[in-house]
Amino acid sequence: MLEIIKTLINGFGENLRIFVLTLLMAIPLGLIITFGSMTKFRPIRWLTRVFVWIIRGTPLMLQLFVVLYAPGLLFNMPMRNRIVATLVAFVINYAAYFSEIYRGGIESIPKGQYEAGQVLGMTRRQIFFKVVLLQVIKRITPSMGNEVITLVKDTALSRVIGVAEIIMVAERYTKQGLIGPLFSTGLYFLLFNGLLTLLLGWIERRMDYFRA
Amino acid sequence: MAILEVNNLGKSFGATEVLKDISFSLEKGESLAIIGSSGSGKTTLLRCLNFLETPNCGSIRVNGEVIFDSARAFDNLPPMVRRKSWGPGIVLDLNRFFAALLNGGMSPEAIRRNRLHFGLVFQSFNLFPQYTAFQNVVLASELLAKERPDYKANKKAILDDIHEKGRALLASVGLAAKADNYPHQLSGGQQQRVASARALALNPDILCFDEPTSALDPELTGEVLNVIRSLAARNTTMIIVTHEMQFARQVADNVMFMDSGVVIEYGRAADVIDNPSQERTKRFLENYTNN
Repeated sequence: MLEIIKTLINGFGENLRIFVLTLLMAIPLGLIITFGSMTKFRPIRWLTRVFVWIIRGTPLMLQLFVVLYAPGLLFNMPMRNRIVATLVAFVINYAAYFSEIYRGGIESIPKGQYEAGQVLGMTRRQIFFKVVLLQVIKRITPSMGNEVITLVKDTALSRVIGVAEIIMVAERYTKQGLIGPLFSTGLYFLLFNGLLTLLLGWIERRMDYFRA
Repeated sequence: MAILEVNNLGKSFGATEVLKDISFSLEKGESLAIIGSSGSGKTTLLRCLNFLETPNCGSIRVNGEVIFDSARAFDNLPPMVRRKSWGPGIVLDLNRFFAALLNGGMSPEAIRRNRLHFGLVFQSFNLFPQYTAFQNVVLASELLAKERPDYKANKKAILDDIHEKGRALLASVGLAAKADNYPHQLSGGQQQRVASARALALNPDILCFDEPTSALDPELTGEVLNVIRSLAARNTTMIIVTHEMQFARQVADNVMFMDSGVVIEYGRAADVIDNPSQERTKRFLENYTNN
């Protein structure tokens, strides 16, 4: 029994590792994609939007396979590390989703906020970081919370390219006639997402002091 | 010498000519009220002075210094062509070059510098919601101070100065007690008074008001008009776009009546409002007295 729990916790460690690293990299990468999709320079804007369309328009599971096999097939540089392959696919996928949330947030800020900054002699950079950014963060926190919670569960997809995450290790017990471990994995996800929900609520309350 | 000289200013949005050949000048310490019906180009004129719009033609001078001249636009282009080396920095330079082309030949830095001659109070206040009234007033000064060469050495003294001035400005608009309130905790009239203090914080040569009371409930307009009145009493150079005819008559030194992007009448406030010489001005003002 204790042995099983230990194995499952180790498996969930993989899920958490993918979750944390994906988040850390996708959040800034998403911002870069947003700037691409909002630039006045049309070719870049167009390319970025096609990229986002492809990433959002195809299954993440398929993207995992592509990242794992394409380097070997196309460039004769096989992807040996499955965790790295998973991270590449997840980061690109989530950055694309995040970029659209950021774009919606940035475009929802009234023009008057930018103009007020301009007539006060602020630079574009100052207007973005000192005036607009916090308002955007406040507006996108609920949608980002949704994505973050989805990401926790999506980490289980990494098993399709052989990452020993929690559901994969739990499923091995079914061969010994044990179904309990597999079903119990839900508790790990529930517990962790419960903590995340509390954290997200705390972040939202921290920004309650102003209206945007 | 006039503090502001505008010559032959024109602005079109696509095929629509919003400003046609606007010329006027304003003396230091004088206030000018711009009146006219909606769509007459009043707001666009203010936005051109503040470089929120780029005029298509004409020139703007402040204290004799040309800050915009469509005829000289290309003189100001960044010196991309004169670069000594052709490294990757060319991309940034090209970017600035094209940005300047779009902005009537002015680099973003030049526009920023020129903007500081003017202050603008918006119809919809546009306070920054995440900052307190006090922070709204001092934010831009703090950011500008960072560009001073002696900022690092005298940081504390500089910031103390800015903060003291910010508190004094809030007190001057009667909001010393609301310094730590956020915009959503203030009434519209209070927000507009904070916005006025914020615009004054950078000591603009010319302070512009764009229909400062149009978004306010009637009972709140008085407090904002009083702030402008006291600014006029202290000889602040101002341009006020307004629909408050009595206020314009009492407070402004000069009144400009605009219609369809043209200056129809410009003169001393009492003359224009009490004895308009143009037929169109008369008709416009009659609508006000009849209401």
